Amino acid sequence: MAGQSTYKPSNGFTKWLDDRLPIMRLGYDSFVDFPTPRNLNYWWTFGGILTVCLGIQIVTGIILAMHYTPEATMAFNSVEHIRRDVNWGRIIQGTHAVGASMFFIAVYIHMFRGMYYGSYKAPREILWMLGVVIFLLMMATAFFGYVLPWGQMSFWGATVITNFFSAVPVVGDAILQLLRGGFAVDNPTLNRFFSLHYLLPFMIAGVVGLHIWALHVPGNNNPAGIPVKSKQDTVPFHPYYTLKDGFAIVVFLIPFAWFVFFAPDILGHADNYIPANSQVTPTHIVPEWYFLPFYAILRAITFNIGIPFTDITFIDSKLGGVIAMFGAIVVLFFLPWLDRSPVRSGGFRPMFKWFFWLQVISFIALGYLGSKPAEGTYVVFAQIFTAYYFAYFLIILPVLSRIETPKALPASISESVLKVEAKSATTA
Amino acid sequence: MKRMTSFVRSALVAGLVLASGPALAAGESHGAPAERQDWTFGGLFGTYDENQLQRGFQIFREVCSSCHSANLLAFRNLEEDGGPGFTEGQVKALAAEYTVQDDTIEDGERPGIPADRWPNPFPDEFIAKAANNGVVPPDFSVLAKARSIESPFPIWIVNYFTAYQEGGPDYIYNLLTGYHEEAPEGVDIAPGQYYNEHFPGNKLSMAPPLADGIVDYEGDEVPETTEQYAKDVAAFMMWVADPHLVHRKETGFKVMLFLVLFAGLLYLAKRKLWTDVAH
Amino acid sequence: MPDNDQKDPNRRDFLYVASGAVGAVAVAGAVWPLIDQMNPSAAVLALASIEFDVSSVPEGGSVTIKWRGLPVFVRHRTEAEIEEARAVPMSDLKDPQTDAERVKEGHEQYLIMIANCTHLGCVPVGESGDFDGWFCPCHGSHYDTAGRIRKGPAPANLVVPDYEFVSDTVVRIG
Repeated sequence: MAGQSTYKPSNGFTKWLDDRLPIMRLGYDSFVDFPTPRNLNYWWTFGGILTVCLGIQIVTGIILAMHYTPEATMAFNSVEHIRRDVNWGRIIQGTHAVGASMFFIAVYIHMFRGMYYGSYKAPREILWMLGVVIFLLMMATAFFGYVLPWGQMSFWGATVITNFFSAVPVVGDAILQLLRGGFAVDNPTLNRFFSLHYLLPFMIAGVVGLHIWALHVPGNNNPAGIPVKSKQDTVPFHPYYTLKDGFAIVVFLIPFAWFVFFAPDILGHADNYIPANSQVTPTHIVPEWYFLPFYAILRAITFNIGIPFTDITFIDSKLGGVIAMFGAIVVLFFLPWLDRSPVRSGGFRPMFKWFFWLQVISFIALGYLGSKPAEGTYVVFAQIFTAYYFAYFLIILPVLSRIETPKALPASISESVLKVEAKSATTA
Repeated sequence: MKRMTSFVRSALVAGLVLASGPALAAGESHGAPAERQDWTFGGLFGTYDENQLQRGFQIFREVCSSCHSANLLAFRNLEEDGGPGFTEGQVKALAAEYTVQDDTIEDGERPGIPADRWPNPFPDEFIAKAANNGVVPPDFSVLAKARSIESPFPIWIVNYFTAYQEGGPDYIYNLLTGYHEEAPEGVDIAPGQYYNEHFPGNKLSMAPPLADGIVDYEGDEVPETTEQYAKDVAAFMMWVADPHLVHRKETGFKVMLFLVLFAGLLYLAKRKLWTDVAH
Repeated sequence: MPDNDQKDPNRRDFLYVASGAVGAVAVAGAVWPLIDQMNPSAAVLALASIEFDVSSVPEGGSVTIKWRGLPVFVRHRTEAEIEEARAVPMSDLKDPQTDAERVKEGHEQYLIMIANCTHLGCVPVGESGDFDGWFCPCHGSHYDTAGRIRKGPAPANLVVPDYEFVSDTVVRIG
């Protein structure tokens, strides 16, 4: 969609600037005149919402860092100092904590939207993969951030997650000590996590820049999944989508504010209000909700993998769980090549639709199971849903591309839009 | 739009099916189910009741504070907006009654001033342990937020919509009123332990701290019963843990109102802009 | 632009102007807390004013107390020092101020000043210098027994903070 630029400098200064640094032109072509498919639905507003989320986290985070002390004996109280004594501190800290959850809600919707409408397919593979990189960085950032208040959940979360690396054969323990800066999670760990927590958001912002760049080369996918064919199919980004995204962002801020002002602690765990204690583990330790599906996958691998009926083990259950958990994200990188169907939008794929929604349900189910103790039927269910999670990507999608007969695609975006209009006009 | 609603519907159905599914293996020794109480600070417009906080403070001072610390509570907090509403003079006089540690002066000790934090009842953790059956009495600063009661399905979903944040005081009230003089048959209670139906594991190292009439309230209106004491001190502890609750909710109400109106305005503007554009 | 667009979408319309205006209010409302958080916190403000019992300072003695993070001299002056300060003619002063202006009536023996040299902020040494007052070792400023600048690079007298006697012996600074 990188057509001819239509930017015209309006005065002498912008003309002068444009000849030297065409930054106004870049902004104009990317966010004002950018031709955007006219049929985008509200699921497409989450890109803008996520940008706002990142901005909120960075701004509130920089502020919190002005008052926070990354030292094991003072960290807990310094967070309380923010909540109690700093002007507006309770609200700013609440926004940052709740903001992490809202960020993940938005990113999951954004990802599932991409999966439903085939936004990962050619020519948008790099766009999709950069998105997965952002997701990984977000998970790392959120994990480091959760350690900083240095409550019981912070401490034991850090202990459990760094322990993943002890599953690596031979060098596991060496890696573990390297990551922690000691034999257990302690002050050095807290210090480096603070440093990384401050660094990673700026790396996210950088990759977001690439993500938007990669978006602006082929242009937006759309609910019909067919490429833009003529100017008829698009509207300029501004004011059409700036206003629509703006509306969606404000709507998104309503539940956000609800949590910040009326229930700032409901998304967290009461145990994190107990200062970190390396001698006592809380009875029921779970990660933040947004990690639960992956946590469930980790715990679903309760068996060793080796040669059946012998004692030979290739991968023990601990390493297996870690591999499965990381694999659950790594598999996303290969998604553009696993789904070979030429049709992008799930709306025109009668069989795909079913499997897609099953995947959504399965993912939510994994989230629920991740919050439950790893025992009895919970483990069995987690294993079933984990199997489905991987089967969806590795078996179902490749097979569907061969056997499914898609519905007829509309000739163009404008045609599909006019059809919908006509239909709603007759039903109304 | 149609796809959107179907997505929401599927997600909801998925949630319901799951949550009601394997919810079999719940609480092992989490204690008896706790009953929720009515709190003046619950809900969207809840505020602390000054009189209740003052009574709760009295109990904290006369009963709890001989063993429990409250490291993050400063005397000055007691005169701040949204709190128990003591006057500046009262707080100053109160602070002066206490001796605080100050390493920057010669003797290391001086009378308290409003800026000081509540002094610890024990000089260190080991002495605290030795004096209390081997367990350090937990600090009160954020204790009310560090405790909660379990909400079964579907109540925990409802909690998000009612903004239920009073699990801490609910737990504290239940705990303080949950002592049994005799443990049920088959439960062995070691010396220095007390049977409490709401404590996880039921064996609590804290002797029942409250009894009818042990604290003398001013006036006659408020009953001097264990239940009343428990409620008042639980409310006080919630305030200690979340002293800006009232300000937070008041600001929140304004913000929500603003956002709803702004969203409405943007919706109208967006609709107008798109009227003539088929999409 | 699509063909079936009848109106210019950039046309000024009440709804668009109102949306923009309300958006600006939203930004302004959000920005204030983000700036105000840098102001002194409640814990800092709680120590903005302190009380000090001056009766603990013997005649001819001086103590340095901490107020708002700054050192403050509380000097119990001798009769001789007070006389010396009062005897200085105004014309000798770089920053003219009478001795009475620098102390509280009825408590002339107590001189309370922020202990940072008005030149570049070092803490002067007491009972020294050419005028029996304070001498700043950093750049050689001399202050007299009322803390007034007499010689050297400092431009002004040592600063007297706002304070009042809340009783005969207790002073509240700030």
